[in-house]
Amino acid sequence: MSPHPIEATGLVKRYGEKTALGGIDLAVPAGTVTAVLGPNGAGKTTAVRILTTLSRATEGTAHVAGFDVATHPTEVRRRIGLAAQDATVDPLLTGFENLVMISELHQLSRRAAKARASELLEEFSLADAANRVTSGYSGGMRRRLDLAATLVADPQVLFLDEPTTGLDPRARNELWSVLDVLVARGTTLLLTTQYLDEADRLADDIVVIDHGRIIAQGDARSLKRQVGGDNIGLIVSDEARLAEAAEVLSKVTGGEAVVDAAAHAAVAPTADGVAGLADVARALADAGIEVEDLGLRQPTLDEVFLTLTGLPIAEDDDARAEEAAR
Amino acid sequence: MTVITPPPTDTRIEDVVTPGGSEPHASRGVLHDVWVIARRGLVHMKRQPEQLSDATIQPIMFVLLFAFVFGGAIEVPGGGSYKEFLMGGIFAQTIVFSAFGVAMSIANDKKNQAVDRFRSLPIANGAVLGGHAVANLLKAFLPIVLMSLTGLLVGWRINSGALDALHGYVLMIAFSFAMIWIGVLLGSVVGTPEGVTGIAFAVLFPITFIASTFVPVVTMPEPLRTIAQWNPTTSLSDALRELFGNPNTPAVGSDPFPIQHPVLYTWIWIVAIVAVVAPIAVGVYRRSTVD
Repeated sequence: MSPHPIEATGLVKRYGEKTALGGIDLAVPAGTVTAVLGPNGAGKTTAVRILTTLSRATEGTAHVAGFDVATHPTEVRRRIGLAAQDATVDPLLTGFENLVMISELHQLSRRAAKARASELLEEFSLADAANRVTSGYSGGMRRRLDLAATLVADPQVLFLDEPTTGLDPRARNELWSVLDVLVARGTTLLLTTQYLDEADRLADDIVVIDHGRIIAQGDARSLKRQVGGDNIGLIVSDEARLAEAAEVLSKVTGGEAVVDAAAHAAVAPTADGVAGLADVARALADAGIEVEDLGLRQPTLDEVFLTLTGLPIAEDDDARAEEAAR
Repeated sequence: MTVITPPPTDTRIEDVVTPGGSEPHASRGVLHDVWVIARRGLVHMKRQPEQLSDATIQPIMFVLLFAFVFGGAIEVPGGGSYKEFLMGGIFAQTIVFSAFGVAMSIANDKKNQAVDRFRSLPIANGAVLGGHAVANLLKAFLPIVLMSLTGLLVGWRINSGALDALHGYVLMIAFSFAMIWIGVLLGSVVGTPEGVTGIAFAVLFPITFIASTFVPVVTMPEPLRTIAQWNPTTSLSDALRELFGNPNTPAVGSDPFPIQHPVLYTWIWIVAIVAVVAPIAVGVYRRSTVD
C-alpha cells in the first residue's frame, strides 16, 4: 500500500514523436486538495487520464487508492470518481437515468442505485430536472450532474478535470460552493484548472505545469511569493503620459513596471498590498497624471507563467489540438 | 477582484459523502453490466426519432411502396405474386441496413465520450460491446414483427410448414446478430456519426440493391448479375422466400452455389462473419478506445 491516495513517479506520455508529459511526480495526501494549474495543452488532461486508468503512461508508475493504475485498473476504478473535462453525462438519458446507470455500473443493486440517484439529485438541487433528458440541461446543471455522478459510489479519491471551464460566473460560484463542502469534508481531490483564483480557493497544494513538466509547486501563498504576490495595475487616460506613469509606478513600488502600450496600462508587483496602492495614487496625483483605473490585482495565470518561465503562455496549437481531439 | 457571494444553496453534500470514501461494492458480474448498458441502448432508440423510424416507419413504408408502386410492373420469373416475392427482400434489406444503426451508436458513444465514462467505471471486460450487442439484437425484433404484420395486410402469406417458417425467423435473427459486428467494425473504424452516415449510404445501399432484394437477378446485366448472385443479401432474400414458401426465380443447373443453396450459403456467411469479423471488430473497437 502506498501511503498517499495519489502517488505518481516519473509519468511520461508520448504520442509518437510528441511528448505530452515529460516526467511528472505527484503526491496527494489523504483528505487534501491538489490543483494542477496550467494552460491548454500543458498536459493536465493527459495526467488525469493516466491516473484514472483511461490512458497508459509510456514511462513511470502511479498508484491511486493504493493500487497500481497499470496493473490493477479495475481496483482503481472501484475507488475513484472522475468528472472529465466535457461533462460526459448521457445526453439522451434523464438526470435520474444517468445516475441510476452509473450507480449500477458501480455495482449497486437497482434498488440501491435508484435510492442513491434520488438522494444525489436532491442534494445537487437537480430534483426538479430529474426526469428531463440532459440534452436540455444548462452547462451548470450538466456539471452538477456530472459531479453527482462521480460521487455515486462514495469514492476515496475524486478527479475533476477543469470542473468550471466554460461556465458563467454564477454557475461557477454554484459549483464552487458544492466543491467547498467536499473539500471541507476531507475528500481527497485532484482538480485541474486554468484559473489561479480557482486553485487558490480550493486547493491546499498547487502544481503548475507547462509543456508536460512541473514548473512550480507549493501552496497558494508560497506560489504567489514566487511570482511576487499582488500587482498594482493602472490605465492612464492620456496615452502620452503612460511612460511617465510607469516610471512613477516603478519608483513607488520598487518593482519593475511592465507596460502594455495598446491597453494604455502598466503593471508592477508590490509587497505592500493596499498601503502600496495608496502610495501610488498619491504619487500619481502629485505628478498630475490622470488614471482611468488603478487597482490591486492578483497575478493572472499569464503573469505566473511569465514569472516562472520568462515566457508568455505558449500558444502551442499542436498540443491544443491534441487535447481537443480527445 | 470582484467578490461574488455564492447563491444560497440547499446542498447538503455532507449527507452523501464520507471522508475517505466507502469500501467499493462487490462486482455483480458481466451479465449484470451487459444488461445495464443494453437498457441504455434501448432507451436511446426510444428517444432518437430517426433511429426509431429506421426500425419502424421505414420498413413499413418500403413494404407498401414496393408492393403498390412497383408491384404491378415487376414480374417474377417462374410466376407468382410480386408482393410475396418482395417480402424476403424487404426483410433482408432491413436486416443488412441494421449494421448502420449499430455503427451510429458506436460512433455516438465516442463523440459523447461515453466510452471514457464507461472505461472509468468498474465494469466487466467486454460489457460495453456486450450491451450494444444485446440492445441491437432486441432492437432487431421490432422491424421484423412490424414488417411481418404489414406484409400480411398487403397479402403476403407464409405458405410453408411451421418448422420452415420458424427456421426463416431464426435465420433473420441470426443474420441480425452477425450484422451487429459489421456495425461495430464500421463504427470503430470510421469513428464519427457523420462519417458513418456517409459510408453507410456509399456501401450499404449498393449491397442491398445489387441483389435479388427487389428484382430477380436474372434481369441484371453482367457483371452485376454475378456480383448479385454471390451477394449475401441475395441469398438471405432467396433463403427467406424458400423457407416461407414464397415465389422465387427457380434455380437452373448453371447457377452458382449461392443460388442453388441459398439457406446453406446464408448460414455460412453468418458463421463466417461471427467467427472472423466479430473478433476483428472487438479488437479494432478496443484499440480505438485506448491510448
